[in-house]
Amino acid sequence: MKNERTEMTERALAEALARGAPGDDRLTAANAALVARAEEEGLVDVAYAGVGSPYGELFLAATERGMIAVGLPNREPDTLLERIAERVSPRILEAPARLDGPRRELDAYFEGKLHDFSTPVDWSLTRGFTDRALHVVASIPYGNTLSYTEVADRAGNRRASRAAGTACATNPIPLIVPCHRVLPASGVPGNYGGGPEMKRSLLEMEGSL
Amino acid sequence: MVKSRSRRGAPKLPPFQQLLDEHGRDVLGFLIASVGPDEAEDCYQEALIAALRSYPRLDHADNLRGWLLTIAHRKAIDHHRSRARGARPAGSSDEVGGGVAVADPGIDAAEADRSLWQAVGTLPPKQRSAVMLRFSADMAYGRIGELLDCSSDAARRNVHEGLKKLRGELA
Repeated sequence: MKNERTEMTERALAEALARGAPGDDRLTAANAALVARAEEEGLVDVAYAGVGSPYGELFLAATERGMIAVGLPNREPDTLLERIAERVSPRILEAPARLDGPRRELDAYFEGKLHDFSTPVDWSLTRGFTDRALHVVASIPYGNTLSYTEVADRAGNRRASRAAGTACATNPIPLIVPCHRVLPASGVPGNYGGGPEMKRSLLEMEGSL
Repeated sequence: MVKSRSRRGAPKLPPFQQLLDEHGRDVLGFLIASVGPDEAEDCYQEALIAALRSYPRLDHADNLRGWLLTIAHRKAIDHHRSRARGARPAGSSDEVGGGVAVADPGIDAAEADRSLWQAVGTLPPKQRSAVMLRFSADMAYGRIGELLDCSSDAARRNVHEGLKKLRGELA
Protein backbone atom coordinates (compact mmCIF):
# COMPACT_ATOMS: atom_id res chain seq x y z
CA MET A 1 0.00 0.00 0.00
CA LYS A 2 2.73 2.40 0.98
CA ASN A 3 4.74 1.56 -2.10
CA GLU A 4 1.78 2.08 -4.36
CA ARG A 5 1.22 5.52 -2.90
CA THR A 6 4.86 6.42 -3.31
CA GLU A 7 4.69 5.40 -6.92
CA MET A 8 1.62 7.54 -7.55
CA THR A 9 3.26 10.57 -6.07
CA GLU A 10 6.32 10.05 -8.18
CA ARG A 11 4.25 9.57 -11.29
CA ALA A 12 2.15 12.66 -10.53
CA LEU A 13 5.34 14.61 -9.97
CA ALA A 14 6.95 13.33 -13.12
CA GLU A 15 3.88 14.14 -15.21
CA ALA A 16 3.36 17.58 -13.73
CA LEU A 17 7.02 18.37 -14.21
CA ALA A 18 6.90 17.14 -17.79
CA ARG A 19 3.99 19.54 -18.42
CA GLY A 20 5.92 22.33 -16.79
CA ALA A 21 9.22 21.53 -18.52
CA PRO A 22 10.35 24.47 -20.62
CA GLY A 23 9.55 23.90 -24.28
CA ASP A 24 11.01 26.07 -27.03
CA ASP A 25 8.11 28.55 -26.98
CA ARG A 26 8.31 29.02 -23.27
CA LEU A 27 12.07 29.46 -23.31
CA THR A 28 11.91 31.87 -26.25
CA ALA A 29 9.26 33.95 -24.45
CA ALA A 30 11.26 33.94 -21.21
CA ASN A 31 14.41 35.03 -23.05
CA ALA A 32 12.59 37.78 -24.97
CA ALA A 33 11.22 39.15 -21.68
CA LEU A 34 14.69 38.93 -20.18
CA VAL A 35 16.30 40.86 -23.05
CA ALA A 36 13.60 43.55 -22.86
CA ARG A 37 14.21 43.97 -19.13
CA ALA A 38 17.98 43.96 -19.58
CA GLU A 39 17.61 46.75 -22.18
CA GLU A 40 15.38 48.72 -19.79
CA GLU A 41 17.95 48.45 -17.03
CA GLY A 42 20.81 49.41 -19.31
CA LEU A 43 22.54 46.04 -18.95
CA VAL A 44 23.00 45.30 -22.65
CA ASP A 45 26.42 46.78 -23.38
CA VAL A 46 26.43 45.28 -26.86
CA ALA A 47 23.31 44.32 -28.83
CA TYR A 48 23.58 42.22 -31.97
CA ALA A 49 21.37 40.77 -34.67
CA GLY A 50 21.61 38.98 -37.98
CA VAL A 51 19.96 40.87 -40.85
CA GLY A 52 19.31 39.89 -44.45
CA SER A 53 21.02 41.60 -47.38
CA PRO A 54 21.30 40.97 -51.14
CA TYR A 55 24.72 39.41 -50.44
CA GLY A 56 23.67 37.07 -47.64
CA GLU A 57 23.16 37.49 -43.92
CA LEU A 58 24.98 40.37 -42.29
CA PHE A 59 25.77 40.50 -38.63
CA LEU A 60 25.31 43.84 -36.84
CA ALA A 61 26.52 44.79 -33.38
CA ALA A 62 26.00 48.12 -31.61
CA THR A 63 26.81 49.70 -28.28
CA GLU A 64 25.03 52.70 -26.82
CA ARG A 65 27.56 54.87 -28.68
CA GLY A 66 26.90 53.39 -32.09
CA MET A 67 27.72 50.63 -34.53
CA ILE A 68 30.74 48.71 -33.33
CA ALA A 69 30.86 45.86 -35.83
CA VAL A 70 29.38 44.68 -39.10
CA GLY A 71 30.00 41.06 -40.06
CA LEU A 72 30.01 40.44 -43.81
CA PRO A 73 28.44 37.22 -45.12
CA ASN A 74 31.76 35.35 -45.39
CA ARG A 75 32.88 36.22 -41.90
CA GLU A 76 32.45 34.15 -38.76
CA PRO A 77 30.26 36.11 -36.27
CA ASP A 78 31.44 34.12 -33.23
CA THR A 79 35.03 35.33 -33.62
CA LEU A 80 33.83 38.91 -33.88
CA LEU A 81 31.66 38.52 -30.77
CA GLU A 82 34.53 37.05 -28.78
CA ARG A 83 36.72 39.97 -29.79
CA ILE A 84 34.03 42.40 -28.64
CA ALA A 85 33.54 40.45 -25.38
CA GLU A 86 37.24 40.72 -24.64
CA ARG A 87 37.82 44.29 -25.73
CA VAL A 88 34.57 46.02 -24.84
CA SER A 89 32.25 44.02 -22.58
CA PRO A 90 30.94 40.45 -22.29
CA ARG A 91 27.43 41.81 -21.60
CA ILE A 92 26.41 40.93 -25.14
CA LEU A 93 22.88 39.89 -26.04
CA GLU A 94 20.99 39.21 -29.23
CA ALA A 95 18.63 42.20 -29.15
CA PRO A 96 17.44 42.90 -32.71
CA ALA A 97 15.26 45.90 -31.76
CA ARG A 98 18.37 48.01 -31.05
CA LEU A 99 19.57 47.39 -34.62
CA ASP A 100 16.33 48.46 -36.34
CA GLY A 101 17.65 51.88 -37.37
CA PRO A 102 20.91 50.65 -38.93
CA ARG A 103 19.05 47.74 -40.56
CA ARG A 104 16.63 50.14 -42.27
CA GLU A 105 19.52 52.32 -43.44
CA LEU A 106 21.38 49.35 -44.87
CA ASP A 107 18.23 48.16 -46.68
CA ALA A 108 17.85 51.60 -48.25
CA TYR A 109 21.57 51.67 -49.12
CA PHE A 110 21.36 48.32 -50.94
CA GLU A 111 18.34 49.63 -52.86
CA GLY A 112 20.44 52.60 -53.96
CA LYS A 113 18.20 55.04 -52.09
CA LEU A 114 20.57 56.04 -49.32
CA HIS A 115 24.06 57.48 -49.83
CA ASP A 116 25.10 58.64 -46.35
CA PHE A 117 24.59 56.64 -43.18
CA SER A 118 23.46 58.61 -40.16
CA THR A 119 24.18 55.64 -37.87
CA PRO A 120 26.89 56.72 -35.41
CA VAL A 121 30.05 54.65 -35.13
CA ASP A 122 31.69 53.27 -31.99
CA TRP A 123 35.44 53.13 -32.71
CA SER A 124 36.36 51.06 -29.63
CA LEU A 125 37.80 48.20 -31.67
CA THR A 126 40.36 50.24 -33.60
CA ARG A 127 43.66 51.69 -32.42
CA GLY A 128 46.59 53.70 -33.69
CA PHE A 129 47.24 54.00 -37.40
CA THR A 130 44.37 51.64 -38.25
CA ASP A 131 42.02 53.96 -36.40
CA ARG A 132 43.37 57.04 -38.26
CA ALA A 133 43.22 55.28 -41.63
CA LEU A 134 39.65 54.10 -41.06
CA HIS A 135 38.55 57.60 -40.08
CA VAL A 136 39.87 58.70 -43.48
CA VAL A 137 37.93 55.85 -45.11
CA ALA A 138 34.78 56.90 -43.27
CA SER A 139 35.00 60.30 -44.95
CA ILE A 140 35.09 58.98 -48.56
CA PRO A 141 31.75 60.03 -50.08
CA TYR A 142 29.39 57.71 -51.94
CA GLY A 143 30.50 57.28 -55.54
CA ASN A 144 34.13 58.23 -54.83
CA THR A 145 37.21 56.11 -54.30
CA LEU A 146 40.72 56.52 -52.92
CA SER A 147 43.84 54.42 -53.38
CA TYR A 148 45.55 52.79 -50.41
CA THR A 149 48.40 55.28 -50.79
CA GLU A 150 45.99 58.22 -50.66
CA VAL A 151 44.41 56.82 -47.50
CA ALA A 152 47.86 56.35 -45.95
CA ASP A 153 48.81 59.90 -46.91
CA ARG A 154 45.69 61.45 -45.41
CA ALA A 155 46.18 59.33 -42.27
CA GLY A 156 49.57 60.98 -41.85
CA ASN A 157 52.05 58.57 -43.43
CA ARG A 158 52.21 58.42 -47.22
CA ARG A 159 54.59 55.45 -47.14
CA ALA A 160 52.24 53.30 -45.06
CA SER A 161 50.03 52.10 -47.92
CA ARG A 162 50.42 48.49 -46.78
CA ALA A 163 49.31 49.44 -43.29
CA ALA A 164 46.35 51.22 -44.90
CA GLY A 165 45.58 47.93 -46.68
CA THR A 166 45.75 46.08 -43.38
CA ALA A 167 43.48 48.69 -41.79
CA CYS A 168 40.89 48.08 -44.50
CA ALA A 169 41.27 44.31 -44.26
CA THR A 170 40.63 44.41 -40.51
CA ASN A 171 37.93 47.11 -40.65
CA PRO A 172 35.41 45.99 -38.00
CA ILE A 173 32.60 48.12 -39.49
CA PRO A 174 32.55 47.54 -43.28
CA LEU A 175 29.78 49.20 -45.36
CA ILE A 176 29.22 51.87 -42.68
CA VAL A 177 32.95 52.63 -42.83
CA PRO A 178 33.18 52.07 -46.59
CA CYS A 179 36.48 50.26 -47.09
CA HIS A 180 35.12 48.99 -50.41
CA ARG A 181 35.85 52.53 -51.70
CA VAL A 182 39.58 51.99 -51.30
CA LEU A 183 41.30 50.51 -54.37
CA PRO A 184 44.77 49.31 -55.32
CA ALA A 185 46.79 51.73 -57.48
CA SER A 186 46.05 49.58 -60.55
CA GLY A 187 42.39 50.56 -60.25
CA VAL A 188 40.99 47.02 -60.08
CA PRO A 189 38.56 46.46 -57.21
CA GLY A 190 40.86 44.07 -55.35
CA ASN A 191 40.12 41.99 -52.27
CA TYR A 192 37.24 42.41 -49.86
CA GLY A 193 36.05 40.72 -46.67
CA GLY A 194 32.76 39.84 -48.34
CA GLY A 195 34.57 38.59 -51.46
CA PRO A 196 35.88 40.50 -54.53
CA GLU A 197 32.52 40.13 -56.34
CA MET A 198 30.72 41.94 -53.53
CA LYS A 199 33.22 44.81 -53.71
CA ARG A 200 32.81 45.08 -57.49
CA SER A 201 29.03 44.97 -57.15
CA LEU A 202 28.96 47.72 -54.49
CA LEU A 203 31.24 49.95 -56.58
CA GLU A 204 29.08 49.39 -59.67
CA MET A 205 25.97 50.27 -57.67
CA GLU A 206 27.65 53.47 -56.51
CA GLY A 207 28.66 54.28 -60.08
CA SER A 208 32.40 54.17 -59.36
CA LEU A 209 33.29 51.44 -61.86
CA MET B 1 54.17 41.96 -29.32
CA VAL B 2 52.13 39.03 -28.12
CA LYS B 3 50.54 40.91 -25.29
CA SER B 4 46.80 40.41 -25.14
CA ARG B 5 44.74 43.55 -25.01
CA SER B 6 42.30 42.04 -22.57
CA ARG B 7 41.97 43.64 -19.17
CA ARG B 8 44.91 42.49 -17.12
CA GLY B 9 44.29 39.25 -15.29
CA ALA B 10 40.68 39.16 -16.36
CA PRO B 11 39.30 35.82 -17.50
CA LYS B 12 38.08 35.38 -21.07
CA LEU B 13 34.35 35.57 -20.59
CA PRO B 14 32.22 34.44 -23.52
CA PRO B 15 29.39 36.71 -24.76
CA PHE B 16 26.51 36.44 -22.29
CA GLN B 17 24.22 35.32 -25.10
CA GLN B 18 26.30 32.17 -25.37
CA LEU B 19 25.55 31.33 -21.73
CA LEU B 20 21.87 31.91 -22.39
CA ASP B 21 21.93 29.64 -25.46
CA GLU B 22 23.82 26.87 -23.71
CA HIS B 23 22.28 26.91 -20.23
CA GLY B 24 19.05 28.95 -20.36
CA ARG B 25 16.84 25.92 -20.75
CA ASP B 26 18.37 24.15 -17.75
CA VAL B 27 18.12 27.24 -15.59
CA LEU B 28 14.45 27.68 -16.46
CA GLY B 29 13.84 23.95 -15.94
CA PHE B 30 15.52 24.13 -12.55
CA LEU B 31 13.33 27.08 -11.53
CA ILE B 32 10.13 25.44 -12.76
CA ALA B 33 11.21 22.54 -10.61
CA SER B 34 11.97 24.53 -7.52
CA VAL B 35 9.36 27.32 -7.47
CA GLY B 36 6.66 25.88 -9.72
CA PRO B 37 5.61 26.73 -13.28
CA ASP B 38 3.67 29.91 -12.41
CA GLU B 39 6.54 31.70 -10.72
CA ALA B 40 9.45 30.32 -12.69
CA GLU B 41 9.59 33.08 -15.33
CA ASP B 42 9.82 35.81 -12.69
CA CYS B 43 12.62 34.00 -10.90
CA TYR B 44 14.34 33.29 -14.23
CA GLN B 45 14.35 36.98 -15.02
CA GLU B 46 15.54 37.92 -11.52
CA ALA B 47 18.33 35.35 -11.64
CA LEU B 48 19.62 36.19 -15.10
CA ILE B 49 19.40 39.96 -14.59
CA ALA B 50 21.48 39.49 -11.43
CA ALA B 51 23.92 37.33 -13.38
CA LEU B 52 24.16 39.84 -16.22
CA ARG B 53 24.72 42.68 -13.76
CA SER B 54 27.73 41.06 -12.12
CA TYR B 55 29.04 39.18 -15.16
CA PRO B 56 31.86 41.56 -16.22
CA ARG B 57 33.32 41.42 -12.70
CA LEU B 58 33.37 37.63 -12.54
CA ASP B 59 36.93 36.54 -11.71
CA HIS B 60 36.79 33.10 -13.30
CA ALA B 61 35.31 31.68 -16.48
CA ASP B 62 35.13 28.02 -15.53
CA ASN B 63 31.87 26.30 -14.72
CA LEU B 64 29.66 29.18 -15.82
CA ARG B 65 26.74 26.75 -15.85
CA GLY B 66 27.26 26.05 -12.15
CA TRP B 67 27.53 29.78 -11.51
CA LEU B 68 24.17 30.43 -13.23
CA LEU B 69 22.45 27.55 -11.45
CA THR B 70 23.80 28.73 -8.11
CA ILE B 71 22.32 32.19 -8.70
CA ALA B 72 19.02 30.58 -9.75
CA HIS B 73 19.08 28.44 -6.62
CA ARG B 74 19.60 31.54 -4.44
CA LYS B 75 16.73 33.35 -6.16
CA ALA B 76 14.51 30.33 -5.59
CA ILE B 77 15.37 30.38 -1.89
CA ASP B 78 14.64 34.15 -1.71
CA HIS B 79 11.36 33.46 -3.39
CA HIS B 80 10.41 30.75 -0.92
CA ARG B 81 11.41 32.93 2.01
CA SER B 82 9.31 35.85 0.87
CA ARG B 83 6.38 33.50 0.40
CA ALA B 84 6.91 31.98 3.82
CA ARG B 85 6.78 35.50 5.31
CA GLY B 86 3.60 36.17 3.39
CA ALA B 87 5.29 38.96 1.51
CA ARG B 88 4.43 39.46 -2.09
CA PRO B 89 7.29 38.53 -4.36
CA ALA B 90 8.63 41.50 -6.26
CA GLY B 91 7.27 41.76 -9.77
CA SER B 92 4.27 39.57 -9.13
CA SER B 93 0.98 41.33 -8.55
CA ASP B 94 -1.11 38.52 -7.11
CA GLU B 95 -1.17 34.84 -6.25
CA VAL B 96 0.58 34.17 -2.99
CA GLY B 97 -0.04 30.86 -1.37
CA GLY B 98 -3.72 31.23 -2.08
CA GLY B 99 -5.82 29.77 -4.81
CA VAL B 100 -5.81 32.52 -7.41
CA ALA B 101 -6.09 30.67 -10.69
CA VAL B 102 -3.40 31.27 -13.25
CA ALA B 103 -3.84 28.20 -15.41
CA ASP B 104 -7.11 27.46 -17.21
CA PRO B 105 -9.77 26.82 -14.59
CA GLY B 106 -12.01 23.84 -14.99
CA ILE B 107 -9.27 21.56 -16.18
CA ASP B 108 -8.81 18.68 -13.79
CA ALA B 109 -5.16 18.18 -14.61
CA ALA B 110 -4.49 21.83 -13.85
CA GLU B 111 -6.29 21.46 -10.51
CA ALA B 112 -4.30 18.36 -9.69
CA ASP B 113 -1.10 20.15 -10.61
CA ARG B 114 -2.06 23.05 -8.40
CA SER B 115 -2.54 20.87 -5.34
CA LEU B 116 0.72 19.13 -6.14
CA TRP B 117 2.60 22.42 -6.46
CA GLN B 118 0.93 23.68 -3.32
CA ALA B 119 2.10 20.58 -1.48
CA VAL B 120 5.56 21.05 -2.98
CA GLY B 121 5.41 24.65 -1.81
CA THR B 122 5.09 23.55 1.79
CA LEU B 123 8.40 21.68 1.73
CA PRO B 124 11.49 23.31 3.22
CA PRO B 125 13.49 24.87 0.34
CA LYS B 126 16.33 22.40 0.39
CA GLN B 127 14.01 19.40 0.30
CA ARG B 128 11.94 21.01 -2.41
CA SER B 129 14.94 21.69 -4.61
CA ALA B 130 16.30 18.22 -3.97
CA VAL B 131 13.02 16.48 -4.82
CA MET B 132 12.48 18.55 -7.93
CA LEU B 133 16.00 18.21 -9.25
CA ARG B 134 15.68 14.48 -8.75
CA PHE B 135 12.41 14.24 -10.64
CA SER B 136 12.52 17.08 -13.15
CA ALA B 137 16.10 16.86 -14.25
CA ASP B 138 16.62 13.21 -13.37
CA MET B 139 19.74 14.44 -11.65
CA ALA B 140 22.07 12.10 -9.76
CA TYR B 141 22.40 12.65 -6.00
CA GLY B 142 26.01 13.72 -6.39
CA ARG B 143 25.08 16.57 -8.72
CA ILE B 144 22.12 17.58 -6.56
CA GLY B 145 24.50 17.72 -3.62
CA GLU B 146 26.89 19.98 -5.55
CA LEU B 147 24.11 22.36 -6.37
CA LEU B 148 22.65 22.40 -2.87
CA ASP B 149 26.07 22.54 -1.30
CA CYS B 150 25.79 19.30 0.65
CA SER B 151 26.99 15.71 0.40
CA SER B 152 25.45 13.20 -1.93
CA ASP B 153 24.09 11.33 1.12
CA ALA B 154 22.49 14.50 2.44
CA ALA B 155 20.94 15.11 -0.99
CA ARG B 156 19.51 11.60 -0.92
CA ARG B 157 18.08 12.17 2.57
CA ASN B 158 16.52 15.47 1.45
CA VAL B 159 14.84 13.76 -1.49
CA HIS B 160 13.61 10.96 0.75
CA GLU B 161 12.28 13.29 3.47
CA GLY B 162 10.65 15.58 0.91
CA LEU B 163 8.91 12.72 -0.77
CA LYS B 164 7.66 11.40 2.55
CA LYS B 165 6.13 14.77 3.39
CA LEU B 166 4.56 15.07 -0.05
CA ARG B 167 2.91 11.71 0.41
CA GLY B 168 1.49 12.92 3.69
CA GLU B 169 0.22 16.18 2.17
CA LEU B 170 -1.44 14.54 -0.79
CA ALA B 171 -2.87 11.53 1.05
